[in-house]
Amino acid sequence: MSEIILEAKNISKYFHDPLTIQVLKDINFSINKSDFVAVTGRSGCGKSTLLYILSTMDTDYTGDLYIDGIKMGNKKEGELAIVRNEKIGFVFQFHYLLNEFSVLRNVMLPGLKLGKYDEKEIEARAYEKLKILEIENEALKSPNQLSGGQKQRVAIARALINDPLIIMGDEPTGNLDKKNSEIVFNIFQELSQVYNQTLLIVTHDNDFADRTDRIIEMEDGKIISI
Amino acid sequence: MNLKLLFSVSKSLLFARWKQTLVAAIGVTFSITMFITLLSFMSGLNDLLDGLILNRTPHVRLYNEIQPSKKQPIDYAEKHKNDYNFVNSVKPKNERLEIYNNGAIINVLKKDKRILGIAPKITAQVFYNVGAIDLTGVINGIDVEEENRLFMFKDYVTAGNYINLKNIPNSIVLGKGAAEKMMTNIGDVIQVTTIKGERMQLKVVGYFQSGLQDIDKVQSYTSLSTAQKLLGESNSYITDIQIKLKDITLAPSLTIEYQKLFDVEAIDIQTANSQFETGSSIRTLISYAVGITLLIVAGFGIYNILNMMIYEKMDSIAILKATGFSGKDVNLVFIIIALTIGIFGGMLGLLFGFSLSALIDQIPFNTAALPTIKTYPINYNPKFYIIGSIFSIVTTYLAGYFPSRKASKIDPVIIIRGK
Repeated sequence: MSEIILEAKNISKYFHDPLTIQVLKDINFSINKSDFVAVTGRSGCGKSTLLYILSTMDTDYTGDLYIDGIKMGNKKEGELAIVRNEKIGFVFQFHYLLNEFSVLRNVMLPGLKLGKYDEKEIEARAYEKLKILEIENEALKSPNQLSGGQKQRVAIARALINDPLIIMGDEPTGNLDKKNSEIVFNIFQELSQVYNQTLLIVTHDNDFADRTDRIIEMEDGKIISI
Repeated sequence: MNLKLLFSVSKSLLFARWKQTLVAAIGVTFSITMFITLLSFMSGLNDLLDGLILNRTPHVRLYNEIQPSKKQPIDYAEKHKNDYNFVNSVKPKNERLEIYNNGAIINVLKKDKRILGIAPKITAQVFYNVGAIDLTGVINGIDVEEENRLFMFKDYVTAGNYINLKNIPNSIVLGKGAAEKMMTNIGDVIQVTTIKGERMQLKVVGYFQSGLQDIDKVQSYTSLSTAQKLLGESNSYITDIQIKLKDITLAPSLTIEYQKLFDVEAIDIQTANSQFETGSSIRTLISYAVGITLLIVAGFGIYNILNMMIYEKMDSIAILKATGFSGKDVNLVFIIIALTIGIFGGMLGLLFGFSLSALIDQIPFNTAALPTIKTYPINYNPKFYIIGSIFSIVTTYLAGYFPSRKASKIDPVIIIRGK
């Protein structure tokens, strides 16, 4: 039995506007270190909602969430920000790079925020991550000079910069064409196999999900298979 | 380290929209410039107008006034002590205007540490004789050197040398208006008649111009001894003691003190010239109001620009929060942006304000009423610069506070899922 990194216990969530609807019903599961997990389901089944709860950005839920064995429920906004910074890496459907900064700087930002290393060291690590993703040549460009696939790879490098416990992705290939999706998937697979990175990816792309280690399937706010 | 990072994020946000930033900063610069210029100019003008009267007016003036006795003989009678005594048609006694025992009074005053200086004075009603016509006038006998030291007599002598008044016996500095009426030149001899009918010849050594025409038409100056001679009085005769204090605000209380101590009439500057103080305080109030309004308008400009910036940068804020920046960090970023605009705009404003006031200071301003003034008056009081900089920082902080709070409250989930 390997180490549990993320654990959800009895997580439920309600939307109150305009009517009170239960969108997540009693979610229980856990993710072990170096798991490559895909969450699938039809749109509207609550998989993204679940991801945002797991990522600590959404705090309006009932039940308990443990990350690295620590309960997140009663932490303050500032403390959760530190948890996100240190332990979670994000890849969204849209790349969300800041056009005001160079690619390198974008990757460095979460590292600078964490402040574990000095700026030189963070820069070296950022180059390292960009090299893994084979885009180190674009480091000094502005994000809006890159193609969609390249941007998404920069976003992955940014997610990796603080060596997070887990990388969470919300439809990371949703905006990409077949070829780029393939590249991104290969990167995830490489991260999982070579670097033992834990990954939790929400997707409705079944080809993508089928190739992961483990699929969590959701329907109507419930997990139907783990 | 965290702060350094926040500064770099603020910097890039600022430069990303540098045109807007510039407009916001120009707003602050403009308002601070106008604030400084307005206040410097207005307060320079105030000082000028106040100086017109206040420089020439003693802070406390001791004098004697011909008036009926406050206590009539019957009030001293034992028998009627507890009665109400009505005395009709009371008239003043034939009293001299001289301050009795003034030598002793002056000696006491000279020892008083609160006093900057004392200038004795004699006021005498006279007629200037111009051919067959007599013009009424007032001659002030003054201690020339003290008068100059305390009341800047020299500044108001527009022609001739004021010190000749002391050096040349029987000399007079004529009021400009009076001199024009009499058509005299410097060096001429004029004749004056006192109210008692004595005549005296006086040599004109200068013209005096106070800026108040009514005064210049009647007033003239001689030395103390000339005035005493003119009135046929001894050399201990003086009618007024003018006192200048170190602290003008003490004048009312000292007036009461001296009144009791020396048993003379006394009046303080605040009572004698209350209208001037009211005028200047209202003018100051108006300039502050205008200046502060300008700053508040600039503040709204900054508020708007920051609000727009936050709407535009919603995605960036969301991702910063998702990757570990707390609400407090985001708040700080926008406060830093606002304060940067405020500080840079404000500093430039102080600089421009100083230059603009210096420029106004060079504009010629000649008016017959104000002989000592050649250019527009400016007061370079550092107080305005301090108030201006504090205000620019406070308004920009407030203008940044509400948008930053909004930015810090942005929920990254809503933004990210909204795509």
